[in-house]
Amino acid sequence: MATTDTHIHHDVHHDDHHEHEHHEGNFWTKYVFCQDHKIIAKQFLITGIFWALIGGILSVIFRLQLGFPDMDLTWLKPVLGDWIVVDAATNVGKLDPEFYLALVTMHGTIMVFFVLTAGLSGTFSNFLIPLQVGARDMASGFMNMLSYWFFFMSSVVMLTSFFLETGPAGGGWTVYPPLSALPQAIKGSGTGMTLWLVAMALFIVSSLLGGINYITTVINLRTKGMSFTRMPLTIWAFFFTAIIGLLSFPVLFAAALLLIFDRSFGTSFYLSDIYIGGEALPHVGGSPILFQHLFWFLGHPEVYIVLLPALGISSEIIATNSRKPIFGYKAMIGSMLFIAILSFIVWAHHMFVTGMNPFLGSIFMLLTLIIAVPSAVKIFNYVTTLWKGNLRFTPGMLFSIGLVSFFLTGGITGIFLGNSAIDIQLHDTYFVVAHFHLVMGSASFFGMLAGVYHWFPKMFGRMMNDKLGYIHFWITFVGVYMVFFPMHYIGIAGFPRRYYTWTNFETFSGFTDLNMMVSVAAILTLAAQFIFLFNFFYSIFRGRLAPANPWNSTTLEWTTPRNPGHGNWVGEIPSVYRWPYDYSKPGAKEDFIPQTIPFSETPESNLPHENELIRLESDDKEGGIIIGGNKPQH
Amino acid sequence: MMSLIIGLGVILILGIVYLIIRISALTSLAKGKNPDKVGKSNSVNAALFIIFMVASLVGFFWYSVKHFASYTLPVASIHGKETDKLFWITMGITVLAFVIISIVMFVFLYQYRYNPERKAKFYPDNHYLELAWTIIPAIVLALLIFTGLRTWNDITSPASKDAEIIEMIGQQFAWTVRYPGKDAELGTVNFKLIDANNEFGLDLSDKNSFDDFKALELHLPKGKEILLKIRAKDVLHSVYLPHFRVKMDAVPGMPTQFKFVATLTTQEMREKLNNPNFNYEMACAEICGKGHFSMRLPVVVDDEETYEKWKASQEAWLKQNPDYLEKVPANLREAAKVIAGIATEGPAVAVKESEQIAAGTN
Repeated sequence: MATTDTHIHHDVHHDDHHEHEHHEGNFWTKYVFCQDHKIIAKQFLITGIFWALIGGILSVIFRLQLGFPDMDLTWLKPVLGDWIVVDAATNVGKLDPEFYLALVTMHGTIMVFFVLTAGLSGTFSNFLIPLQVGARDMASGFMNMLSYWFFFMSSVVMLTSFFLETGPAGGGWTVYPPLSALPQAIKGSGTGMTLWLVAMALFIVSSLLGGINYITTVINLRTKGMSFTRMPLTIWAFFFTAIIGLLSFPVLFAAALLLIFDRSFGTSFYLSDIYIGGEALPHVGGSPILFQHLFWFLGHPEVYIVLLPALGISSEIIATNSRKPIFGYKAMIGSMLFIAILSFIVWAHHMFVTGMNPFLGSIFMLLTLIIAVPSAVKIFNYVTTLWKGNLRFTPGMLFSIGLVSFFLTGGITGIFLGNSAIDIQLHDTYFVVAHFHLVMGSASFFGMLAGVYHWFPKMFGRMMNDKLGYIHFWITFVGVYMVFFPMHYIGIAGFPRRYYTWTNFETFSGFTDLNMMVSVAAILTLAAQFIFLFNFFYSIFRGRLAPANPWNSTTLEWTTPRNPGHGNWVGEIPSVYRWPYDYSKPGAKEDFIPQTIPFSETPESNLPHENELIRLESDDKEGGIIIGGNKPQH
Repeated sequence: MMSLIIGLGVILILGIVYLIIRISALTSLAKGKNPDKVGKSNSVNAALFIIFMVASLVGFFWYSVKHFASYTLPVASIHGKETDKLFWITMGITVLAFVIISIVMFVFLYQYRYNPERKAKFYPDNHYLELAWTIIPAIVLALLIFTGLRTWNDITSPASKDAEIIEMIGQQFAWTVRYPGKDAELGTVNFKLIDANNEFGLDLSDKNSFDDFKALELHLPKGKEILLKIRAKDVLHSVYLPHFRVKMDAVPGMPTQFKFVATLTTQEMREKLNNPNFNYEMACAEICGKGHFSMRLPVVVDDEETYEKWKASQEAWLKQNPDYLEKVPANLREAAKVIAGIATEGPAVAVKESEQIAAGTN
């Protein structure tokens, strides 16, 4: 089968190549309705950056409330309008408590879905899959374009909900019914919630269109010699991510659809025995727990949809900048596969105290804690990759190291929360907030930033400024720890999350100092992102021109021209002869050997079993294919 | 005005940043430096990692020790002591792993920073090493899982028959508490019967409901098993008793429960903490709308004698709402009056009658 594919490749190459030279299309087809995966990746990236900014600003607004509860927020009135309630007597402006919930909800939704799913996976899966497996473009450029434009529509709908009189959805990013189903329960469950559901439905369509494409491209469009075991870990990560997304997003779609029915058509999937606003509702027989099961069946894999691409990116960057092969390539793939499988059977650890059968609780606790094993393996492998390396701290490398540090710090607190007995106390406290912001939020965010710094030269043909990158890293790295580390203490002290203020409780009356520090750190961290934004946009136009292979990397994307056109390679797609991590190989002339160099050209550094592959390489030129690195197949 | 100043400030900072990069780019060009070579900043970054590691680990241990009392909640339940023990065991193990891995990683970052004289070691894998760090975490986790499972099973096992039953009802944005009264059995409820006065939705055709009473504070007996029966009227809420390590969602349409034993009365806790103003509290831990942050319920733990006395002093709900006697089926009405403690003309006779009726319906 693989042979057939290769032949198809050859035919396509000539056509593409032809078109490439004579026809670039007009502005609309080149930059807007574009089918080139690289442009689509940039569209995802820019939209993701836009959303990250919105999400970050929302968090700073509610951090003002939490850190400085007595602050006069009247100055926000020009932006937030009636959401700032000005007390007539004292003339002090306060955030509306319902809008506070809307802020929290939208911050979560935006960051998890729009930034870390679309912005991260959408950008780098699109950009890197064809470039690193050696394909002209995605399997279906058109579907890929649709994927972006569905995301764009989803973004527009979500953004619109900010301008409603009743405000955007406010029932938490998990939108648990009945709160999210009953407009009389909270303002945000009016039109804001309808738009949230429509936006999510569009988002899911976008994800599925993208995911199908990623999977198909990885399976079918690998270049000659690019067997699965020669794929960079980035591609493995994107591949698993796409599969997880394809299997879990439809479940969220079903959950959202049933919620739409409950909200608009009087069904009772999630509603039962409700007395609200002075009347008993006719709904009987539904179960709010059903929604939670459906939601977390996506919601938990979603954590890995967000995290795996970041782990893939950091694996690649850490290996390149350590000038060493990633330690335990196969173990890394194995642990990602194991994590991907386990991610589907741990969802109910979010529900230990929801009234779910306690026996289920014990099963899910067992499965959840198992997931710590492959995660630990990944951390140990990263650390061993650094050992005896020759480390170059490029901004991409710094952010990747930051990711490993967050993954460790946030990961170990998962061992507390996965334990149902301990979770009774910690559930829905700031301990959880600290945990997932570090392990999923910040780690993935750092993966995204690492990816931008590392592949910027390939995206825009220019380099970003290193010094600004260092400043950006150090402020952000320290800032993120200052924001989320103190939350562990606040959580151990039992402070519940999604609280507008804790002043009603004697038990939660402390930590005003710590909360203030967290808020200040959050503002500084957000401010530091403007250094990045400046660096990013400035470098697109005025950055130093990038050399062909700025990081001396081995993978295929660096064999393309500085600014690759649609089709990526001028002339034939290069063939691949080796795995992507031949860094500092003993005997080699340089400290890296690109994947495109055949073993026959490097007799001085070949390992014994690689010398045997030389014979197959000559077969290869006649159209053969190497699968699994050692068995020829014709 | 404020926004104008902020805007100008941002523009100024951007301008300075722009100048810095232009100047640094031009000077490096003038000096003829190759920008692709690894420069001095590499060692600076490596050193910063060491400084970061030392500063953050010192800060972590200093704060954790110095402010221990401010971030740990006193515990006042039997199972809470168990889960706290598990928590601190897990803390010990994870902090140890965290510190070791962090130090190793940051030291590697410094020790193996770029050196043009050196070549990295080609070290693609080592199966023994990988096997070791798969198996060791697996064993440690297995231990944690089994201790956790045992505790979890104890906590969630069925309550004993003579447990003190108390019903917690969540609604936007307050908790109500219903005690079963003398018969120790809660009367049936139906959400369709809820109205402005009958906030429990009490079904008065059930004789168990006659002596049920409502409380605005949660009173708990010390040393006796308590079974909280939990339900919600409108949206999800969550019963959260931080000092007793109790948390359980209140779900409309699906009653839940949680059993525990309180070990310290409010008075004892005040003495223990040396804080005469201390009070137990209950909060809501599941987002439920605008007033989520204000669902406070005072909690009082008494010794059993005081608790029983308090209980006896409470009026039945039916006595407080005598209009609802009409809803009681005619044949039970007299009994209801007696059980609820509503005065009737001929008490002695009525008691006898009601007892007969009650016995008959049993």
